[in-house]
Amino acid sequence: MELNKLTAHQLLGLLKEGVIKSSDVILALKERIDVIDSQINAYVRKNEKIELSYVQNGPLQGLPVAVKDNICTLDLNTECCSKILEGFKPPYDATVISKLKSQGAYIFPLKTNMDEFAFGSSCENSCFGPAHNPWNLEYVCGGSSGGSAAAVAADEAIFALGTDTGGSIRQPASFCGVVGLKPTYGRVSRYGLIAFASSLDVIGPITKDVYDSALILSIISGYDPYDSTCVNLSVPDFTQNLSKDIKGIKIALPKEYFIEGLDKDVEQNIKEAIEVLKKLGASFTEVSLPHTKYAVATYYIIATAEASSNLARFDGVQYGLRINSFEGDSSLLQMYKTTRAKGFGEEAKRRIILGTFALAHGYYEAYYLRAQKVRTLIKKDFEEVFKEFDCILTPTSPTAAFKIGEKIREPLKMYLSDIFTISANLAGIPAISVPCGFTKKGLPVGLQFLAGYFREDMLLQVAYNYEQNTIWHKMKPKI
Amino acid sequence: MISKDKSIDIKTVNYIADLARIALSQEEAEILSHQLKEILDFIDRLKEINIEDMPATTHILEVKNVLREDILRPSISSAKVLDMAPLKKDNFFVVPKIIE
Repeated sequence: MELNKLTAHQLLGLLKEGVIKSSDVILALKERIDVIDSQINAYVRKNEKIELSYVQNGPLQGLPVAVKDNICTLDLNTECCSKILEGFKPPYDATVISKLKSQGAYIFPLKTNMDEFAFGSSCENSCFGPAHNPWNLEYVCGGSSGGSAAAVAADEAIFALGTDTGGSIRQPASFCGVVGLKPTYGRVSRYGLIAFASSLDVIGPITKDVYDSALILSIISGYDPYDSTCVNLSVPDFTQNLSKDIKGIKIALPKEYFIEGLDKDVEQNIKEAIEVLKKLGASFTEVSLPHTKYAVATYYIIATAEASSNLARFDGVQYGLRINSFEGDSSLLQMYKTTRAKGFGEEAKRRIILGTFALAHGYYEAYYLRAQKVRTLIKKDFEEVFKEFDCILTPTSPTAAFKIGEKIREPLKMYLSDIFTISANLAGIPAISVPCGFTKKGLPVGLQFLAGYFREDMLLQVAYNYEQNTIWHKMKPKI
Repeated sequence: MISKDKSIDIKTVNYIADLARIALSQEEAEILSHQLKEILDFIDRLKEINIEDMPATTHILEVKNVLREDILRPSISSAKVLDMAPLKKDNFFVVPKIIE
């Protein structure tokens, strides 16, 4: 039995029966990584020591979790795949890590690859080089949580944590043929997540199926006094109502997501998915989210403005890289400027400068304040639809994975690949991507469901019903 | 400092980079000026929308004034915090001399 290929809930069954030990699972993953990760590059700092004798009691029984490189893990390097955080070992665990540990999870010491500071949609902006798509190594795995999605898809991880600011869990999940869930903003604590855009960032699971997604969400959710934006709501066991049927569920199809530019193969797969859901008793109605076309523009102002502020802390004083002087100038100012010039990659510099611009005197009202007002309109669009409908269905991305190198020189083109995922972050609502087929080239396609605030139960129920009536989640890349 | 027509020329790029404390080479500034112009042209579509009287969304859930009890609780020791610093002395971060 190849344990690395199983889901968390399958393994938990075997662990409970005493048929296997968690160290067997960890060993299976280690062997898999040793064989294929030089090709995929889902993990960074591959020399970290893997604890094979890890034994832990608790509901997760020592199951390993792969963690994105921007989530703080005690005494374990957390570098956001950026040179500026080289060697950074956090003195504390993020709340999601503490929660997983307290449930008996083993925190896998190799962290997953990502776009530097989560800035990107392809994992090409990592200082460790890109992670590759397990379905075709010439293609991107998506981003920014590309390493997490690729690791799960290639059976180098059982499940993983990612983060989603504009689609960074859902888009790579869709490109790699796995399940990615972005919870409601405030459902999961952000304490210990190295901030990109604080009003948009969320942590969520990337898993092999919907059941695992529900299982992990139930563990990482909940109130945290260390994050004042984390809401004090009770957390249900999200695995409880998954198999409840979806007869009579009302699903909205926003016409703005079925437009020119939508890949024909993607469109075909989505249409077939709709037919499956109809047979299960869901009804579909076309609706309008009229401000959709402004979402990308709004996002790239708000996200970069917040990033420029959040990344001000990387100045060579408190942690990471420091370059003391430049061409004989050893002033404090020069130290800041040189450290940041050498420590940040191209995309990070571009976003910090765009964000600084949007907040600069004389521009603030024209850009940042305007974007925040448009954000209100985007939020209202969703609130209107959810008055009448249980959820919304869209493609996760207008295309399947693109080739490595295809968009990296054209930032705007890259930004537009997030066009279907960004709105959920601006509105703060939950969304999930589940596999729904393949393009003619054999690349996975993702189906996205969105629901109202804190209605992850609805998302998971619809996604589970769809998944259990299709075969896509069982498909494995031939690597 | 910032040009009136709101295009992002090299002078503006350098000015903004200076505010952001990032040293740019001449070549980087040139590339950024083109790329940012393209991005800002795209972003200009936001000007089509009438946003008069529309409140700005700063927090999606409208949570306000989250307070906690004013009691002591443990925190990370200063030694641990300083351990992360590239340069330290005694109980302090070390920075280049700022006062002659």
